[in-house]
Amino acid sequence: MARTISIDPVTRIEGHARITLQLNDDGVVDDARFHVTQFRGFEKFCEGRPFYEMPSLMARTCGICPVSHLIAGAKACDDLFAVQIPYPAQMLRRLMNLAQILQSHALNFYYLSLPDLFFGMDADPAKRNIIAVAQENPELAQDGIRLRQIGQQIIETLGGKRIHPSWVVPGGVNAPLTPEHREMILGGVPEGLAILKRALEWFHAHRDAFKPEVNTFGNFSSYYLGIVNEKGNLEHYDGNFRVMDAAGNIVVDQLDTLKYQDLIAEANEAWTYEKFPYLKELGYPDGMYRVGPLARLNIATACDTYRADEELKNFRSSTTTPAASSFHYHWARLIEMIYCLERMEQILNDPDILSTHVRAFAKPNSFNGIGVAEAPRGTLIHHYRIDENGLMTWADLVIATVHNNLAMNRAVLQVAKSFVDGKELTDGALNRVEAVIRAFDPCLSCSTHADGRRDLQVDLIDADGRLVDSTTR
Amino acid sequence: MDEQPIAIKTLTIDGKEVGARSGDTILQVAQEHGIWIPTLCFLDGLTAYGSCRICMVELEGNNRLFPACVTKVYEGMVVIIHSPRLEHYRRVIVEMLLSERPHICSVCVSNGHCELQTMAQLLGVTSVRYPYLMRKHDVDASNHRFLHDDNRCILCGRCVRVCSEIEGAHTWAFSGRGVESRIVTDLDQPWGESESCTGCSKCVHVCPTGALIEKGRSVAEMAKRRQFLPYLTVMRKEDAE
Repeated sequence: MARTISIDPVTRIEGHARITLQLNDDGVVDDARFHVTQFRGFEKFCEGRPFYEMPSLMARTCGICPVSHLIAGAKACDDLFAVQIPYPAQMLRRLMNLAQILQSHALNFYYLSLPDLFFGMDADPAKRNIIAVAQENPELAQDGIRLRQIGQQIIETLGGKRIHPSWVVPGGVNAPLTPEHREMILGGVPEGLAILKRALEWFHAHRDAFKPEVNTFGNFSSYYLGIVNEKGNLEHYDGNFRVMDAAGNIVVDQLDTLKYQDLIAEANEAWTYEKFPYLKELGYPDGMYRVGPLARLNIATACDTYRADEELKNFRSSTTTPAASSFHYHWARLIEMIYCLERMEQILNDPDILSTHVRAFAKPNSFNGIGVAEAPRGTLIHHYRIDENGLMTWADLVIATVHNNLAMNRAVLQVAKSFVDGKELTDGALNRVEAVIRAFDPCLSCSTHADGRRDLQVDLIDADGRLVDSTTR
Repeated sequence: MDEQPIAIKTLTIDGKEVGARSGDTILQVAQEHGIWIPTLCFLDGLTAYGSCRICMVELEGNNRLFPACVTKVYEGMVVIIHSPRLEHYRRVIVEMLLSERPHICSVCVSNGHCELQTMAQLLGVTSVRYPYLMRKHDVDASNHRFLHDDNRCILCGRCVRVCSEIEGAHTWAFSGRGVESRIVTDLDQPWGESESCTGCSKCVHVCPTGALIEKGRSVAEMAKRRQFLPYLTVMRKEDAE
């Protein structure tokens, strides 16, 4: 008898989603879908508003990664101005973006994913949370909280607020960095690096236990997309597109991000509010690609910072080339956090970083503006069109998580086929279905609120749609 | 010298005995004595208008409420500024203002510099009991320097008064009635096409919210500068004399 298993909501992710598993007559998983159940409408309700409100308005879509939206939005506005913003402003924006990637990665690794890694996928669900980790290994949990705090405090130091600062504005930033704040931020770097050293030691001591997950957690061929700098190295603020195929060949390189519409297109499905971007040349759904930490490390020639490159060598010698398993997003996140701290240190030692020339003033000189940056979860694209008075007429946001939508659906199916047995539902198997989503760290227009129901409910529904069994945990 | 001696009145404001000149309003006297009465449509330097009703006070022996900005003092007046009834009405007024237009502070250029927002905070308005009307008002961005956003307007009329009383241009006026009321330039033409507007920006700087703003200001960047107004008013009076 064919059945549908529904995991609703998916827990320990940012935003609200549901997973359905379709079982065939033999109780074997036939199909799996990752449904995003919330609708935001930002692209529509911004129409008619002045464009210079956009960075802060669009940032309200998210409470975890608002800085990424601020930066992509401000870059799109810079493009409307058609000006080159001052170099110190670019470096300050870059600094805040790195701080945000640091805090967001720390949130995913320690708060959302570590409970699965620490206690194991089959552990008692009551224990799979950061509080239980803190009870068993206080130092590890405190490290996570502190690391996230370092990132958040840098955002606050620069922008005056940890969440939704309005410091990043069209044309640059609205206040320069003070010498005291520079020293304050620099002071946190050694502690952050020490925490990450301990995190890597813990990770390497335990990662062998997850070989089945490495083999099945979204371990498939796909393309990888992201931005790289002019040398082809890791870049998060301003670079050009690079696309790598499953065999590691660079198939697109140094493509101007303003030409994103030549590279990708978006498809829609009726069963989810999340779109499906794909590589235009390959069509839908063959043009599946992945973005985010794993993709960025796959496509980059190097990180170009000492400690991150040391760990990247270790990463590349231990995984396939390119690293195909989505389980490796966790490791990639740790490497990127090291990079963020090292790169911030470099930026803060730049002789121009305290310059007060941090903003360009202009009127709109173009009716079409595109801003692209790397958010914690991948490439983020803001595209605005305005009328002659500077009012928004159209917007398109391609959110980092959305790029991974095809891959996440494929990964859910792979994990479900490997672990879920329709005859006997086990908590560990269903947790793995959720855990593969956590590896991608999706941010499903993160800041919306659920309807209050927090428990995971699994329904068994027969072929006629009748509820056969239901369990809540 | 045959100047008339100024008549002094004695009154009580919230239990404090104060002296006032004949012809003063309750608000003037209170401000001179450092007593705070909440105001929104009132602005020092412009004609008091009494439209927002935030400054309503109670007078002992009278069941009506009186707007402090336009009510003249009299001998023996007993004014009550703080009472449960007044606090209730003031909060209701602010809540109605907030619910009438889509006042979304977090994405407003005047966030942190807005008198409506400050008033809500001072009066302890932590939620709005009325459903937001959420009517969509078009933004007039036709002026190359300024922007008129009806979505943030509370119809206080400061722009209308400053334009006629101080600048003498009479560009701004009210149009419509009730919930359809709007401020308009000239004969409801786009601001950029107004022939009477001198581009002086006084209306922008007296506006208490983000309804009239300078273009190019990002969220939370539109601080208003209105220190000029009392000096201008005094100078205009001196010129007239």
